[in-house]
Amino acid sequence: MYAPEIKDNLFIAKKIIEKYPREQRYSLAVLQDIQREYSYIPRECLKMISEHLRVPVSKLYSMATFYKALSLVPKGENVITVCDGTACHVRSSMVLIDEIEKCLNIRPGQTTEDGKFSLQTVNCLGSCAIAPVMMVNDKYYGKVTPNTLREILKNYGGVENE
Amino acid sequence: KRVKTHKESEFYRRQMKLALRNIGEIDPVSIEDYIERGGYRALKKALFEMKRSDIIPEVIKSGLRGRGGAGFPTGIKWKQCDSVKAFPKYVICNGDEGDPGAFMDRSIMEGDPHSIIEGMIIAAYAVGAEEGFAYIRDEYSLAIKNMSKAMEEARKCGYLGENILGSGFSFDIQIVRGGGAFVCGESTALMASIEGKIGEPRAKYIHSTEKGLWGQPTILNNVETWVNIPLIIDKGGEWYSTVGTERSKGTKVFSLVGKVKNTGLVEVPMGTTLRELIFDIGGGIIGNKKFKAVQIGGPSGGCIPEELLDLEVDFESLKKADSMMGSGGVIVMDERTCMVDVARYYLGFLSEESCGKCVPCREGIKRMLEILNDICEGRGEREDIDRLIEISEMVSEASLCGLGKSSPNPVITTIKYFKDEYLEHIVNKRCSAG
Ligand SMILES: NC(=O)C1=CN([C@@H]2O[C@H](COP(=O)(O)OP(=O)(O)OC[C@H]3O[C@@H](n4cnc5c(N)ncnc54)[C@H](O)[C@@H]3O)[C@@H](O)[C@H]2O)C=CC1
Ligand SMILES: Cc1cc2nc3c(=O)[nH]c(=O)nc-3n(C[C@H](O)[C@H](O)[C@H](O)COP(=O)(O)O)c2cc1C
Ligand code: SF4
Ligand code: FES
Repeated sequence: MYAPEIKDNLFIAKKIIEKYPREQRYSLAVLQDIQREYSYIPRECLKMISEHLRVPVSKLYSMATFYKALSLVPKGENVITVCDGTACHVRSSMVLIDEIEKCLNIRPGQTTEDGKFSLQTVNCLGSCAIAPVMMVNDKYYGKVTPNTLREILKNYGGVENE
Repeated sequence: KRVKTHKESEFYRRQMKLALRNIGEIDPVSIEDYIERGGYRALKKALFEMKRSDIIPEVIKSGLRGRGGAGFPTGIKWKQCDSVKAFPKYVICNGDEGDPGAFMDRSIMEGDPHSIIEGMIIAAYAVGAEEGFAYIRDEYSLAIKNMSKAMEEARKCGYLGENILGSGFSFDIQIVRGGGAFVCGESTALMASIEGKIGEPRAKYIHSTEKGLWGQPTILNNVETWVNIPLIIDKGGEWYSTVGTERSKGTKVFSLVGKVKNTGLVEVPMGTTLRELIFDIGGGIIGNKKFKAVQIGGPSGGCIPEELLDLEVDFESLKKADSMMGSGGVIVMDERTCMVDVARYYLGFLSEESCGKCVPCREGIKRMLEILNDICEGRGEREDIDRLIEISEMVSEASLCGLGKSSPNPVITTIKYFKDEYLEHIVNKRCSAG
């Protein structure tokens, strides 16, 4: 599965963590920064954060499972986020999810075997006026149809030329 | 200036921009632009022309009520905080905006960050707080960027930080990024999240105005509430209270989405009817389909049928219709939307987002969802409707926080107004909406 080589990269984590004062209130912020860097929270980092902020690992672990933005398992190289908020739902966001399953064979919460794509749903991306909305990594796509979806996936190497 | 078509002018004519007064009119990251349009004038007035003790009465007089959804009178909240003599105190901006279908807070944070900041400084001065937090959804990266930039500029110009404009009063704000849990928008859960804990709500026997963040007196308001403050201080509470209905003053921003022609943010005086919102401003239903229902108030709001389209929207009228204001997401549904599926969708959402702290919410929502799944998949029985109503009552009474308490609303309103559709699913095992 795709994951950056953690061992070599721990110094980056160290730098991120030590940027913050030693207070519990920064635990969410640190976890988010780590998530952003590695696309998940590596086990080694939980220990480092715990030592720095003096917060028990168990507490950090429960935060990592409680907050949706945090993940304890590596995500794919490209993260596809489909909005299933109300505005998108009534404009057929589920059709997009089914289409992605057809193309990539993953359901929300899953990652393709080659580690190239993860699929997740979100409640609202705040762009409801152009529903249905999806994101690939940080890029937004509005008014997506199954056809444009295939085009988008193609750009990321997701759909073979038919 | 660009000439507007007739249709466009209808879209604008019926609106009244108070909360959105600067959106699209200024460069959001330019403090000069903001000041040129009268920005920070209210702060100067509060600091140098008014008595400190006159600020809160002005906000009370305006009749402003919380735009986060519950509609609690803002001035009263501040007054309670002011009356507690324990320091430090905190001021929080709730920018978590969890309601799917709503994006007014995002637009305000992106498009007019200084107005929020100015509102917060004024409140802090009024109650004697020195530290503030803006809790913003992590997905809203531009909002976070523009808010940070605005704070930086405000600090540079002496509006924020130590000894504001030489008045001797100091106050600063920090941004906290949300962790993507719906329940963290709830005020007590949000405070737990700022403290670096998991965001579970607590019982509110003691209000946050007395013991909030780190057990200290705290004022928490929604983004849209905050932007109204400079306006009220600048023009006076009396002026503000001339807009709106008897018990709901001012304007409300709605995000008009779903199967409606003109989607987007609209701001209208309280008391505007749903028909005006959807048909005059929204231009009616896409593809000239038939209107079926409009859902207001987020996942735990209600579905309002055609008979009630002339309802004058304010906090009270929506409650009477078993719905609620919520953040102001207005989701229009046409004849092809299946109402049982809509109820199921919301319960699915809420069961995902329930924090699991109390049993009625955690288990009750799940049970209702199972029943709705059965009905949708053709395994429903007539008794299921009574079962749903019974569980609804239990969940709304016994849950700890607003999520659980209001979770049955989508079920209750769809049963109340669209019972035929339930029966069709149960008896005929089919759904005519598709
Ligand atoms: N904007 C959004 O994205 C969302 C909004 N909501 C809305 O949230 C609402 C429920 O919110 P709650 O906070 O549970 O409502 P609530 O009625 O418990 O509280 C409203 C506000 O007033 C304060 N308050 C209440 N009584 C007070 C008192 N006696 N003294 C001082 N302060 C007092 C509370 O601390 C809170 O800030 C619902 O109406 C729902 O529509 C729900 C989900 C998302
Ligand atoms: C489950 C739940 C989620 C909420 N989410 C939000 C939110 O995202 N934004 C918000 O402003 N208020 C939200 N609220 C309401 C807040 O608890 C609180 O009432 C509001 O922010 C107070 O500000 P106001 O008085 O200015 O409305 C939520 C309430 C509940 C029960
Ligand atoms: S009502 Fe639901 S969301 Fe609220 S505290 Fe209880 S379990 Fe958590
Ligand atoms: S519901 Fe999808 S962007 Fe808002």
